[in-house]
Amino acid sequence: MILQLIPSTLRMTTPLGYAALGGIYSERSGIINIALEGMMLIGAYGYVIGAQISGSEWIGLMFGVSFGIILALIHAVATITFHAEHIVTGLAINIFAIGVTEYLIPTPDRVPGLPEVKLPLLGIYSILVILVPFIMILSHLFLYKTRWGLRLRAAGESTEALKTLSLSRAKWQYFAVIMSGVLASLGGCFLSSNVHIFTKGITAGRGYVALAAVIFGNWRPLNGVAACLLFGFAATLGLENRWGIPDQLLKTFPHILTMIVLAGLVGSSKPPNSLGKNNS
Amino acid sequence: MSKDSPNQIRQLLHSFLPSVIAIIGFFILCGVTLIIRGQNPWKFYELILISGFSSIDDIGSILFNSTPLIFTGLAVAIGYKAGLFNIGCEGQLYVGGFAATWIGLNIDLPPFILIPFCIIAAMSFGGIWGAIPGILKARYGAHEVINTIMMNFIAFAIMSYLVTSIFQEPGQMEPQTAEIHDAARLPKLAGLIPILPQSNLLNTSFLISCVVVLFLYFLLKYTRWGYELRLVGNSPEVASYGGINPGTVTIWVMTLSGAIAGLAGVADVLGYHYRFVLSFSPGWGFTGIAVALMGRNHPFGVLAAAILFGFLSKVALDVELLLDIPHGLFIAGQGLLILGLVCMEGYIRIKNQ
Repeated sequence: MILQLIPSTLRMTTPLGYAALGGIYSERSGIINIALEGMMLIGAYGYVIGAQISGSEWIGLMFGVSFGIILALIHAVATITFHAEHIVTGLAINIFAIGVTEYLIPTPDRVPGLPEVKLPLLGIYSILVILVPFIMILSHLFLYKTRWGLRLRAAGESTEALKTLSLSRAKWQYFAVIMSGVLASLGGCFLSSNVHIFTKGITAGRGYVALAAVIFGNWRPLNGVAACLLFGFAATLGLENRWGIPDQLLKTFPHILTMIVLAGLVGSSKPPNSLGKNNS
Repeated sequence: MSKDSPNQIRQLLHSFLPSVIAIIGFFILCGVTLIIRGQNPWKFYELILISGFSSIDDIGSILFNSTPLIFTGLAVAIGYKAGLFNIGCEGQLYVGGFAATWIGLNIDLPPFILIPFCIIAAMSFGGIWGAIPGILKARYGAHEVINTIMMNFIAFAIMSYLVTSIFQEPGQMEPQTAEIHDAARLPKLAGLIPILPQSNLLNTSFLISCVVVLFLYFLLKYTRWGYELRLVGNSPEVASYGGINPGTVTIWVMTLSGAIAGLAGVADVLGYHYRFVLSFSPGWGFTGIAVALMGRNHPFGVLAAAILFGFLSKVALDVELLLDIPHGLFIAGQGLLILGLVCMEGYIRIKNQ
């Protein structure tokens, strides 16, 4: 029974996992990233555009990630250089991404998907699914076991800490936001490569679910992906319609859980100290 | 008149400067995009003037478009004044709209009782939807931005469930309820203003929105509550020293903000569709953020900005029909417009420090 749910759960988790890891980089450096949704959307869009132009899935992936980086750069320039309000900037980017992908919507021709790998017992998966645990562990090691990770987190904990070491807070924040663009757009690439087509609003709020996973996972890579796995499992149960709970209501599970955790009623979740604070 | 009033006016004009630059930039950008597409930009500018200002019918349509945006813009603005970010207007207007529908479907009373009843129901439910993040913030320190986003999704899910199951119009496939009673419908203004053509959609909800604009203006400017609200917005610490409980202010402001957003649902349900249609809002709750930003969170500024956005959405429709320019261009442009605005705002704030 449970075994049958595994393939679907992993496929539901993958796009969330990438976006959540992206969100963790950005928010650990102090930049609130509501633009995950837009970055995923533009990634899904770029994949299809690139693959249609060239016929190659790899060019598609390159396009998707480049588009994601462009949006991330816009977010970075606005929030870090121009000191704009992070939340409004993120929303503006999401609106921009919706507009661009509707305005220049690609033709509905099928594009090639990414190569697949067969895992023993578990089934056949796209390489992007297989990569998630590796990126998760690398991100954990980077953030918690290296000097650079420490500096990135210091940028998020205090507006002054890096300055006293004569290091640039802005530089680390730029790096972190670009990383979030790369990762979130990879999640988007997975979505469109999986169905071989781009449709309007293909992300369907997954960027915000990923944001919920970031909070639920207490801004840590391992916990964040674990939260995505839980949300992915809930989404799978919704598809299978077990227990007779309507799919629509089951979809609210991540959101309600996040509100409970954020209120500190169950478990605890503490954001980086200087999250959302601009440089002085 | 006091001596420094010209100075004040100059300051006020200065504070609206970024909004003006952003909107001019938006129209220039549209023109440039058209040149890239190989179309004549002058045709576009000409059409803007024709579509907006050629008849009283056009003006009525613009005001009709802007009505929900006045509500959501005010809802965001009032929160912002108190240092709260309500991005849950989209959910609040759906919940409010559904409450109004429910009353309008099940109760049949004379209009002058039924309509206020529907409006109160919508404001109450929108208010509750806003109050929950407010209480979570005041009591547990949970960030209202995340919670309002989550509440949006919960509202969408519940609405989608209700409208496709229990409340779905019998015998229909569309995700919508049956029509509300005639008595619950807001009268059109075409009946009251003779020069407005009968087909014009402008209705009494626009007048309600103007009343809310005036109400908030007086609340903010002349009452103790308005003073407390602004004080908490400027500095919760100072407010606490002054004997004001920031938590209490947070809760009532979020409730009021949600209630006003609920009225945007009323504008659609009682003023246009006469039923609850799933996803009737094309993102009014989110456009409200742009409206509040552009109107500098001032009630009259919000009114003007909402009319501007109502005008833009009419232009977008006409341009799509007549020049075959996809709607997405305007959405993308709107995103850039907000971006430009926040960047200018942030830059000015830092320069003034």
